[in-house]
Amino acid sequence: MRNPQLNANGELSHLLSIEGLPREVIIHILDTASSFLKVSTRDVKKVPLLRGKSVFNIFFENSTRTRTTFEIAAKRLSADVINLDVTRSSTAKGETLLDTVDNLVAMHADMFVVRHAASGAPHLIADHLQRIGRNDVHVVNAGDGRHSHPTQGLLDMYTIRHYKKSFGELTVAIVGDILHSRVARSDINALTILGAAEVRAIAPETLLPTEIRKLGVRVFHDMAAGLRDCDVVIMLRLQNERMNGALLPSAREYFRCYGLTPEKLALAKPDAIVMHPGPMNRGVEIHTEVADGPQAVILPQVTFGIAVRMAVMGILAGN
Amino acid sequence: MPAIELPDAESQCHQLAASIRPQLRPDTVLIGIHSGGVWVARRLHDLLQLDDDIGLIDVSFYRDDYGARGLHPRVKPSSMPFEVEDRPLILVDDVLYTGRTTRAAINEIFDYGRPASIQLAVLADRGQRQLPICADFCPWKIDLAPSQELILSADGNDRLEWSLVDHA
Repeated sequence: MRNPQLNANGELSHLLSIEGLPREVIIHILDTASSFLKVSTRDVKKVPLLRGKSVFNIFFENSTRTRTTFEIAAKRLSADVINLDVTRSSTAKGETLLDTVDNLVAMHADMFVVRHAASGAPHLIADHLQRIGRNDVHVVNAGDGRHSHPTQGLLDMYTIRHYKKSFGELTVAIVGDILHSRVARSDINALTILGAAEVRAIAPETLLPTEIRKLGVRVFHDMAAGLRDCDVVIMLRLQNERMNGALLPSAREYFRCYGLTPEKLALAKPDAIVMHPGPMNRGVEIHTEVADGPQAVILPQVTFGIAVRMAVMGILAGN
Repeated sequence: MPAIELPDAESQCHQLAASIRPQLRPDTVLIGIHSGGVWVARRLHDLLQLDDDIGLIDVSFYRDDYGARGLHPRVKPSSMPFEVEDRPLILVDDVLYTGRTTRAAINEIFDYGRPASIQLAVLADRGQRQLPICADFCPWKIDLAPSQELILSADGNDRLEWSLVDHA
């Protein structure tokens, strides 16, 4: 079966998920991102690569932060960026997803950055573009349902490589609400492709997907045991809406068991780095002292995220 | 076609340095274009005993054939370890051909600031220009057909040498 993310020459045409990406494509994106990182430190934070191209941010689910980082990345590539608040306009009026896409293609869109609550929505759009013969239009998944958030996965890999240089010897722990996290899925897939020695999932049973063990992940319910000798700790955001359901007793109880405190972090390797995709809930999944501490690389993640998204869009638009 | 005798690239670097030396100003800096230009710029930097480290430019983000060829698979980061503003710059490349790489490099330099001046130093000018660009310093002019490619490479001992490939 054809890989829906690659064109006939095996080049990246859409970024839909980390799963199924060849290792060399991931490495190419990370290498290219390191060149873009320097662009953002110059007086003129722009390169002319996507001049004249139109990038449409179509977010069917709210996410100011992700949308903004894509917008900044596209603008630093000199693209024209159009943000569509589809939840309040077309969809509310009854237009289907693919009708919205067809309309934007008719306006000469070159790239869609798509966030959708339904898993597989970006894939559906990429499939549709191929069917109508528009291989020159590219799709970037900015998060679909519980499925995938590939650019977050890539920026996490960029961050890990930046601080740890290589993946082969690393033990990486992902902590928190793995059940609802597309970031966790993308990270696990990327770490597996890049050959991390061990990936751990630390969470209460109620916040773990049933198929988690099939992904080659070591599962821990006890944070102390799971963090021992880790090189990288990726904390996940506990979404407030989960608190009210039956999955968790209370925020305080969650913090006691799974919040990252300085004492728990001391169980990991002394040079372990702490990551978080943001936005953080201080005092729920992460202690303020850890979030602001010397091992936290949460703000560098944000900076790297722009460069990684520039690399993804720069590579896609040229293929 | 008779075989072309290729000159010694290392002695060409000395010739190039000698021609640049009289025009050097105290604050002149060199910028090498990846990858051959960087090798030549490093040589010139040592021969001319300049204080400031060289700048490096990869023009991949500024190329005019991105639409047709996509992004180069091995982009290197550009770096300017000095202020470009008001400095006299010498842009260094191994081969001057169509002039498009030079155009892209000049565009990129201006995104770092407004230099006092930019001069161009190359080891070889192989003709076939497509833009109004010429070298200020060049020890070797040679006419080559479009099917021929002049390649500078560094051998195991880091010694620069020329080779000529015919793609016809």
